[in-house]
This record gives sequence, C-alpha cells and structure tokens, in this order.
Amino acid sequence: MTHSPTLTSERTSIPSRERHTSSAVRKQRLAAYLFLLPFFVVFVAMLVVPLVYAGYLSLFESKLIGGEVFAGLANYGRAITDPAFLGGLGRVALFFIVQVPIMLGLALFFALALDSARARGSKAIRMLIYMPYAVPAVVATLMWGYLYGPDFGPIAQIARSVGFGTPDFLSPESILGSMMNIVTWEFVGYNMIIMYAALRSIPAELYEAAEIDGAGQFRLAWSVKIPAIRPAILLTVIFSIIGSFQLFAEPSLLNTIAPDAVSNSFTPNYYAYNLAFINQELNYAAAIAFLLGIVIAVVSYVVQLGEERRERREMRLS
Amino acid sequence: MALLGGAATLTLLLSGCTPNSGGGSQGAVSEDDIDKAMTTPTKLTFWTWVPDIDNEVALFEEKYPAIDVTVENVGQGLPHYQKLRSAIEAGEGAPDVAQLEYQYIPSFVLNESLLDLTAYGADDLSDDYVGWAWDQVSPADEVWAIPQDVGPMGNLYREDILTGAGIAEPPATWDEYATAAQTVKDSTGAYISNLGATQAGQMIGFFWQAGAKPFGYDGKETVKIDVNSDKAKEVATYWTDLIQKDLISTDVDFQDQWYQGLASGKYAGWLTAAWGPVFLQGTAESTSGLWRAATLPQWAAGDNVSGNWGGSSDAVLASSKNPIAAYELAKFINNDEESAMKLATEQFLFPPQLSVLEDPAFADQESEFYGGQKVNQLFAEISDTVDTDFQWLPFMDYVYSTYEETMGTVIADKGDLAAALDDWQDQLVKYATDQGFTVE
Repeated sequence: MTHSPTLTSERTSIPSRERHTSSAVRKQRLAAYLFLLPFFVVFVAMLVVPLVYAGYLSLFESKLIGGEVFAGLANYGRAITDPAFLGGLGRVALFFIVQVPIMLGLALFFALALDSARARGSKAIRMLIYMPYAVPAVVATLMWGYLYGPDFGPIAQIARSVGFGTPDFLSPESILGSMMNIVTWEFVGYNMIIMYAALRSIPAELYEAAEIDGAGQFRLAWSVKIPAIRPAILLTVIFSIIGSFQLFAEPSLLNTIAPDAVSNSFTPNYYAYNLAFINQELNYAAAIAFLLGIVIAVVSYVVQLGEERRERREMRLS
Repeated sequence: MALLGGAATLTLLLSGCTPNSGGGSQGAVSEDDIDKAMTTPTKLTFWTWVPDIDNEVALFEEKYPAIDVTVENVGQGLPHYQKLRSAIEAGEGAPDVAQLEYQYIPSFVLNESLLDLTAYGADDLSDDYVGWAWDQVSPADEVWAIPQDVGPMGNLYREDILTGAGIAEPPATWDEYATAAQTVKDSTGAYISNLGATQAGQMIGFFWQAGAKPFGYDGKETVKIDVNSDKAKEVATYWTDLIQKDLISTDVDFQDQWYQGLASGKYAGWLTAAWGPVFLQGTAESTSGLWRAATLPQWAAGDNVSGNWGGSSDAVLASSKNPIAAYELAKFINNDEESAMKLATEQFLFPPQLSVLEDPAFADQESEFYGGQKVNQLFAEISDTVDTDFQWLPFMDYVYSTYEETMGTVIADKGDLAAALDDWQDQLVKYATDQGFTVE
C-alpha cells in the first residue's frame, strides 16, 4: 500500500500511522537493546562462555599421566554412580527440607510482626534482624566456630556450668545442624526484607474490607496478607533452593575448624571445588558442577510448577 | 629454510634422550655465562611465603645490582601450589623461583615444570647439606631445588608437669612414653601430648622414624604406595591404643582449641619438628621456662632415629626466561653464609646447611623458654639421625586430603587406625591407577 501515493488521505493515514508507530517501536526497541547491551556483554563473557567451556571440559578426561582425551559422557556416568556426589546431594536435600521451612517460617513471622506495627521500635528491630546478612559468610562462620568451640566456646561453658555437660556442635553427627543454624541466622533477615517489602505493597483497601468483615490480626495475616505475598514467598523459596544446593562457604570454612567432621564431599559444590583443586580432576569437577546446575533447575522448576498448579486449582474453586 | 628445519629436528631428536629439556639443562653453564647473566639487567619473580624474606633478597640485590627481584606471597601451602599450577598450565604468569615443600617437589617434576639444576652447578652444593635433606631435593641424578629449611622431629615437653608426675627423664622409648602417658594422666589429668586428628605431616613423620617407606616415585610413571605396611600399622596400633585409653588427645592442631591447650597445660608435650620450639614460644608465652626439648622416644631401646615433618626448598621453574639468574637467586638465598644465617636466626627457619648448624652463633644459643637449654644444638644432632631415604608421591594434595577423610575421621572417633590405613591405601591406589600411574 505504501507504494501507491494516489490513495485517499483517509486510507493513507492508517498506514502512515502504522509506519509512524512502527518506527517509534523500532526506536524504542533499539534503545532497549542498547540498554541491555552492557548487561549482555558481561552476561555472555562472564557466564555463557565459561558455562559452555565448562560443558566442553566436562566431556574430556585428563589424567596426570597420559593427558587429555575425549571421554563423551563418561564423567557424567561416573558422577551419577559416585557415592560421594550422591551423598553430598542427599545432605543438601536434607538441609533444604529441614532448614528452609524453619528459616522462611521465622522470616515470615518477623515480617508479619513488623508489618502489623504492633512491635515498638520496629525500625531498629528490622535492622537488627537484617544485620547478620551484612556480615560476610567468612566472618560469620569463624564467629560461630568460636561460639561452638567445645573447651572455650561460651555456649559450652554455660552448658557445663549448669551441668549439661559439653555439647559437641562440631562432631560429624551434629555439624549439619550447626551449619543449618549458621545459615538460618545469616539469611532470616534477608528473606524477611523481601517479604516485608511485599507486605508493604498490599493495598490498604483490602485491610479495610477485612476489618469491616470483622477479621482480627491473625485472620488478616492468614487470609489476606499471606495469600497476597505468595509470589514473594515463592521467590524466597527459589532463592533458598539455589542457596542450599550450592552451599559452599560454610562447609569450606568449618572444614578448617572441624576437618574430621566435614568431609571433602560434604556438599556437591565443595566436592567440585576439591576435585578441581586438590584431586586435579578438573574435567570431572566440571561435570559435577553441571549436574548440580541441572538438579537445581529441576527442583526449582518443580516447586514453581507445583505452586502454579495450586493457584490454578484455587482459581477454579473460587 | 628446509635446512634449518632439518637441523632443528635433529637437535630435537638428539635432546630427546634427556626427558627434561627445559631451559638448556644439557651441557654445563660456564663461568662466563654466569657472569654475563648476573650483570645483565634482569627482572626475576620469586613466590614464597617466608615472612620478611625481603631482607635476604636485599642482600642478593646488593651483590648483583643488575638483578631486580620481585617477591610475591600468593598464599601459604595449598593456595600457593594451586596458583603455581594454574600459572604453569596457563603458560604465563609463573614465577622464576618458587618455594616448594619437599613433599610437593615430585608433583612438579611430574609435569616437567622444574628446571634440573645440575647444569648450573647445583651438584657441587650437595656436601653443604645434611644428607637426607639433600636427598629430598635430589632423589636421583637431577637436582630439583635448593633446601631452605627442615623439620627433624623431637619431643617438646613440660618439665614441671612430668616432674610433678614423678617422671624425671623424658621417655626414651615409645613403651616408656605410653607408661608415662598413663602416669601423667593419673596424677595430673593432663594428656602427655596431642595427636592432631587430621595432621598427616605428623603421622608421616612418625612413619619416617619407624623406618616405614609409605611412598615412592621414579620421577616418571611408576609410584609405590605402601601406607599400610607392617611398620606403619605398628605405629598406627600404638597410637590407637593410647587414644582409646584416653591418654592422648586428638584435637585438630593449629586451631584455637589447640593453641589454648598448649598454653593451659592440657597437653604436657608436643611431638613436633625443629620449627616447633620457636613456634611454641610465640604460642604459649605464659609457660616460658617450663618447657624442655628431647629426642623422640625410640622404637627400640638404644636406637637414635628420627623423622622429618615439614620444611621447604626453593626451585627454579623450567619456564623461567632467565634460568641462570633464577638459579643464582635460589642458591644465594639458602646457601650464602650471611643469608642462610639470617634465615636461621631471624626467620627461625631450621637450617639444613651444615655450616649454619655448626656455627656457634646458631648452635650455642641458649633459650630461656626452655630453661636455658641449647635447643638448636639438640635439633642439629637430631637432624643427623633422620633416615635419608624417604620419598613422596607426585600427588601429595590428594594424599593429605584422603588422610583427613580416612585416618582423620577414625582418629576423631577413637577407632582402629590400622584399619583406616588399609582404607587410605585403597583410595590412594585407586586414584593413582585412575590417573594412569603404574602402581608397584
């Protein structure tokens, strides 16, 4: 149509408007891509390229004697039957099942408590709960290493003085629990902030409506607030899945304090690190890292899918 | 061009018979070459974690003003080796000279990263050193590094606690040591010493003293792994017994818990290496004057043998563009009279060099911390009793990390150490086989 200049003005006006909008859209798109460009450059250089390279590496096998040979999926075959890797995976799964509900439950509780504005000095309390997140994991683990110490740690000293004997937080049996405690302490505040921010964005009309219906604070929290911030809670769950399965700093640091309790394959990530830098099995480590990534993606997806299904079911019910 | 190419191939073929052809190891370097290299402006990089080594490097630069040395500390122990390996792998960024603990030398010989120093005259230095220390850097014909410090093992003990328990003399045999452990525990409540649960170095030192030969490496593709030999098991069973009777504590060493144990008298002693006395002095200051040093208890009465724990050397990397200057640096730091003496008396590295060991300024030092005892002299004597023939595997990182996994957990659980040795052996053999080594 654009080829015929003899058309009526009314008719031409439509394509010209189209042309006008499409050029504006094109401009906007260009701007969008330009704005995205710096991110993509970094994303490709720092994430995609190393990822592809790691994937490539994982297909080889290198030996101290004999060098590097193509091995296909042999490393992956070895990984899925490697008791050390599977054991580590089981450990972080247990960690996820036990620690994450506790941590998110606490975070939700604090967020609701702060939001209800019943708590006095809520700003200061918010800061205090959030503060551990600002402490680097390295410092946190060293600090807890001291607190857990069996001879001179304050907890052990108090327990002894009241006659409870010496609790051993750093034994092979209790180290996972001790680690859960550290991570909970560290991340409650972080998750709380996400939930709290979501709570603040709930329109006040909903509260008014609920109050008119005679809902108390608990009913309000249960039937209005929690459903309203469900996406935020799902987000924290996904973050926690990733965090739990990638657990690294805590085992790596506690290993220096309690090397007999933290094995080299304590968590999959820590195992991959040790494989690469101590066993010098870089290719196998790459395969482990890849498999771990796949496991995280699958678990995250399943959780998200479950949530979506539930939402749909509820929509149908209502 | 074709002619040149042919000549190059011929040279390659000829040099093919020497496995390590890095940096001109064939044909000795002449005096003229050295003079020329040492007067040409050159930049060298030196990776080491010895504190204040700049002082010794300054002496070197004073003697050879043309050489400019950059000292870099990239981490102590494992991180150092990891970075070194990465740099070697990457083909750039590796230093000219690097500190290597003796047990890590084979892992760098394996991938031909070290320069054979014989062509540079390192062979001539062999008589300057205690025999076993020299064997550590030169197990066969090649010389891979210059010894810097060593750790012959002895027994540091709290004289006051032992006397309090009625023990006048430090135990001479391991049997006596076990009896003394019981006495000390009964009468004072202290442990006679601590066995670091995950400290492979200490246990391997005990193996070394007992005459066990857990490792071997031919410099090529064949390794010997025998960590569960009868002798090693004898040592392991001895410690199992003491641990199960609760006469020896098994705290992880070099941790807060352990430092406090040393200072508070929880442990009445420390079976340690020659670098231990000065280290202890800094750790347990409040107990100054109460400690004494003695030789390790012996397996058979009348024997006098010891093992080694720790110590390091300086090696020249095959990738160095200035091998002559690099070698001269490694040599000077550890072999020059003044520099070696400084290392021994200022950095307190226990010397492998005979001239320093015999120097009255070193040997006759009386240490207040040890009640005026001449501790250096004692350890110099112990150094003579270390078995010379002790080798390592070319993958000690893995050896130590599996020690933690197998022995470490069993020690902490007060289990059977001899059985754990079997476990350790199996893992090491499997790894070596997987990595393509021939296991003897």
